[in-house]
Amino acid sequence: MRIAVCIKRVPDTETRVRIAADGVAMDENGVKFIVGPYDEYAVEEALQRRDKAGGGEVVAIALGPDAAQETIRSALAMGADRGVLLKADRIPADALAVAKALAAELRDGGYDLVLFGKMAVDDYHHAVGPMTAELLGLPCVTAVSKLELEGGKGTAEREIEGGMEVVEFALPAVLTAEKGLNTPRYPALKGIMAAKKKPIEVKPAALGETRVAVTALGLPAERKAGRILGEGAEVVPELVRLLRTEAKVL
Amino acid sequence: MANVLAVTEQRDGALRKTSREVVWAARQLADAMGGTVDALVMAASGVDAAGAKLGEVGADRVLVAEDASFAKYSPDGYAGTVAGVAKAGGYGAVLVAATAAGKDLAPRIAARLDAPLASDVTGVGIEGGKVAATRPVYAGKAIQQLRVDAPLAVVSLRPNAFAPGSAAKAGAVSKATAVAASRVTVREGKAAEQGRLDVAEASVVVSGGRGLKGPEHFALIEGLAKALGGAVGASRAVVDAGWRPHAEQVGQTGKTVSPQLYVAVGISGAIQHLAGMRTAKVIVAINKDKDAPIFQVADYGIVGDLFEILPRLTEEIAKARAG
Repeated sequence: MRIAVCIKRVPDTETRVRIAADGVAMDENGVKFIVGPYDEYAVEEALQRRDKAGGGEVVAIALGPDAAQETIRSALAMGADRGVLLKADRIPADALAVAKALAAELRDGGYDLVLFGKMAVDDYHHAVGPMTAELLGLPCVTAVSKLELEGGKGTAEREIEGGMEVVEFALPAVLTAEKGLNTPRYPALKGIMAAKKKPIEVKPAALGETRVAVTALGLPAERKAGRILGEGAEVVPELVRLLRTEAKVL
Repeated sequence: MANVLAVTEQRDGALRKTSREVVWAARQLADAMGGTVDALVMAASGVDAAGAKLGEVGADRVLVAEDASFAKYSPDGYAGTVAGVAKAGGYGAVLVAATAAGKDLAPRIAARLDAPLASDVTGVGIEGGKVAATRPVYAGKAIQQLRVDAPLAVVSLRPNAFAPGSAAKAGAVSKATAVAASRVTVREGKAAEQGRLDVAEASVVVSGGRGLKGPEHFALIEGLAKALGGAVGASRAVVDAGWRPHAEQVGQTGKTVSPQLYVAVGISGAIQHLAGMRTAKVIVAINKDKDAPIFQVADYGIVGDLFEILPRLTEEIAKARAG
């Protein structure tokens, strides 16, 4: 089974965001970068599917700066076979431009399955996976939390508000991974050593024109300082009174 | 001059609340561009598009595309239908709610129309003749301003971020062409408990964390949520521990919520959790540790034993709402 897994280099979720001098980007000084948490589910699923099929190849693809080679290296350490870096100085805010560059790389790859995380925890687009599927003309199921594959067909479960949907599709297909799909493995030392010898192909990302401009990045307005009303259950009536008369949310 | 297409969403034949938010936002955008608003309803036959009174929130026309396969969300069918209508209509923007279905649909529409996407926005307007949007990034730790440099923009709107006002427009209903193609088949969904609200859409959210000490005590959270008519949320710690489903997780690797009222119970307030709920209008925190970071963002805090405070609070809220 040939599987591509598209991953993104993102800031660690515990990062405190500071704004860079240009006023449109995050200050990356001292920031730790990780593989997108949802992308890790995609990588794990790819590895399990390859191994269950008894062979094939898992290719980890990232679009981003040179430093994204480290992100790819993490996927290789988990067990992916090789990597491709689509090099771009900056990951554009235009998700469709990113999807076009990925689609160009994937189009003639002969993949049975293309996996993404359901979203990146930095830009929150939820978009590049389904966009790439559309550009490739492939079936796509997003936010998959349970997956069965059998004889070229698949059944996936995805969460909707207040329930689950069960979706059937045929391979090749594009899927985006939700938390709960599996439990991503930690790379073993052996995997980390082996990853150093695995190939990463670097080529320019075919981004084309980017048509979404970030005009400003700012910190959210500070919430006005709240107050602790007191201790224990006896404060409850006062809280209810304030919610009703001051906050007016009851 | 450009018109705006507002894509509504129905389930089981009833339009969802976000539909009015999308039409209202479309109205504001259309007024800024000097255009009109078309609201698109995709459904199996029999949806009461006129009864939904979309004219009240600003729809000049209501276009109804009916197909038997549209009873449930049909990714390819909906995307094809919206793209078809959008191509025919000369629109400057297509607006969708960033619900579970909308998050799936909006990127597909954008790809089919070769139009850039601004996703999950909390504000949208026109600057220098172009669509501009405000959106939280890094789960709300920063706010990004975008400008779409294209004649057509697809924009998905965060639920609850746009409060519909009133605009008396005609809302005349007419037919649109349904495209019923599908590469995937959505089989019958598994409905959760009847009437259960989703954390991302509810106007009140009551979330529990480690302080609950065990999954069995979430009955206290459910009781308070019920008394408030709200949804149940959870911290990452309790989801990772398997106490609660991921669907309820609030935070950077869960859902980002903007309810009118957010009650955090037994949640210390890790940075990734705060990121997910800091845009709530009013925050209440109940925690035994007075130094917990959650109190720094809470409008009202009570320090103490949640096992004493919650039953009392549930009781008082029920009384207040009944009275």
